[in-house]
Amino acid sequence: MTKEEIIRPENLVYEKPRLMNDNYMHYCPGCSHGVVHKLVAEVIDEMGMTEKTIGISPVGCAVFAYKYIDIDWQEAAHGRAPALATACKRLWPDRLVFTYQGDGDLACIGTGETIHALNRGEHITIIFINNAIYGMTGGQMAPTTLVGQKTATCPYGRDPEIHGWPLRMTEIAAQLEGTSYVTRQSVHTVAAIRKAKAAIRKAFENSMNGKGSNLVEIVSTCSSGWKLSPEKANQWMEEHMFDYYKMGDLKDV
Amino acid sequence: MKGNEAIAHAAIRCGCDGYFGYPITPQSEVLETLAALKPWETTGMVVVQAESEVASINMLYGGGGTGKRVMTSSSSPGVALMQEGIAYMAGAEVPGLIVNVQRGGPGLGTIQPSQSDYNQATRGGGNGDYNVIVLAPNSVQEMADFVDLGFELAFKYRTPAMILSDGVIGQMMERVVLPPQKPRRTDEEILKECPWASNGMGLKQRGSHCITSLELDPAIMEQRNLHLQKKYAEIKQKEVRYETSFMDDAEYAIVAFGSASRIATKAVEMLREKGERVGLFRPITLWPFPEKEIEELATRVKGLLVVEINAGQMVYDVRLAAKGKAIVNHFGRLGGIVPDPDEIVDALMKVKSEAEKA
Repeated sequence: MTKEEIIRPENLVYEKPRLMNDNYMHYCPGCSHGVVHKLVAEVIDEMGMTEKTIGISPVGCAVFAYKYIDIDWQEAAHGRAPALATACKRLWPDRLVFTYQGDGDLACIGTGETIHALNRGEHITIIFINNAIYGMTGGQMAPTTLVGQKTATCPYGRDPEIHGWPLRMTEIAAQLEGTSYVTRQSVHTVAAIRKAKAAIRKAFENSMNGKGSNLVEIVSTCSSGWKLSPEKANQWMEEHMFDYYKMGDLKDV
Repeated sequence: MKGNEAIAHAAIRCGCDGYFGYPITPQSEVLETLAALKPWETTGMVVVQAESEVASINMLYGGGGTGKRVMTSSSSPGVALMQEGIAYMAGAEVPGLIVNVQRGGPGLGTIQPSQSDYNQATRGGGNGDYNVIVLAPNSVQEMADFVDLGFELAFKYRTPAMILSDGVIGQMMERVVLPPQKPRRTDEEILKECPWASNGMGLKQRGSHCITSLELDPAIMEQRNLHLQKKYAEIKQKEVRYETSFMDDAEYAIVAFGSASRIATKAVEMLREKGERVGLFRPITLWPFPEKEIEELATRVKGLLVVEINAGQMVYDVRLAAKGKAIVNHFGRLGGIVPDPDEIVDALMKVKSEAEKA
């Protein structure tokens, strides 16, 4: 049997999103980025927005998001993605504009841009990957690193006396007048992936319907940064992250 | 009207698509005028008061990356904050217009006029090997005229351009003839002018675009840098602008830009009345700098006086260009003090006595 004989419409139960290309992904095994990329690519395609989307990639592990999803992209400076998105959406109101940012980018160096873009009610969506660590630079403490969690720059565990407290940006975003849909999701099980996809779809639709700004946080794994196997990383995330970063919608107007 | 107001009017009239700025003295009238004129109701131009200069320049980067004509304005401390974004724009080849209505530094400095951002503007200002096209207006008329010119150059070469003004020109009131209203470009015109842009248009035919300054492969990155350097060499060859006055019989010349050139003009007139054969050379583009013209000038005159409202910045460019062929002195005032024509006359007479001794 040839490949072509096997892959027929009646046999097809799953396919790679059409907007995902064949470039070799740089993400580590067990990392959540690949799953979220897939969801973003599927939703854009399903909404028929391929030629009307501008994605803004961050500085961090997702810096190369533009290599994997075949839409138009801009690669921002660290933390500045919401500023780029603001201009893109204001100048092209009929475009789907989203940023894709990690916790260091969004909740640390870009806190100002994030809060102000959300508070202005820019009709954009921010996809926020929270894995409680700086992945790309090699596992340093993030603003979202949990108390007690060990990283390269808090090797004895995060101590609030020295390092301050983990920041819940999504709770802050929910308080802002300009936000429409603010939610926290994960992608560690099939059920969670389906819910996360529905959340991304809702956020994208809101931003096209002039409802204001939208934030979808995805509590994510970083098996390399956490120094755990992919399976153990999922366990660790459920046991530790979900307690501090509670799942579900925080705001849905 | 004020120079700052002229910038705002000219932006609307030349078909600018978006302005992104943050208030700072002495240029806040740009944003204030735009807010009062409400161009979003007439031409459709977007006006956004950003949360910081850092956000403003990144809005410029984002908007320029989609092929739109976008601008920002600020003053020295704010432009210092923008340098990261300007470097990204240069690296990713994103056009855009930045107006710097300079004030004295360093740091928070003063709100009074200065030209002490010359080095920052002409050397790139941020990280990496790049240059920004720098236009130096010396009148309210040129504040208006250089907006369209700045956009044209920025789009022609896919690079950020800067209008390097100062608090004198920004706040000064003069008569000005505003340009006629040009329509903003249609989507089709943007597609034609900016086939590289990241805005979704034509994606299925051309494949995906990414505006980025990032490249991890050093061999490719070197090629990208060489491409930028080639472009800068072309700009240096084609876009030098300057103006001369009283130069026909001049034995000495004053070199000055922006507001300093206005004061220097008065000093030249005073020197002429005294019978001194002195002329004025005014660089209009500070980058590219009129190197060949200055060199030629240095072979013709006995001495040059560079007048700037700073501690001596352009003087180094003049000395490099003059290649030791004439005496090159500097005169400047600092901290927001503007030079007096009498002081310039005295400084020029010192150049003359040094030249005669030599």
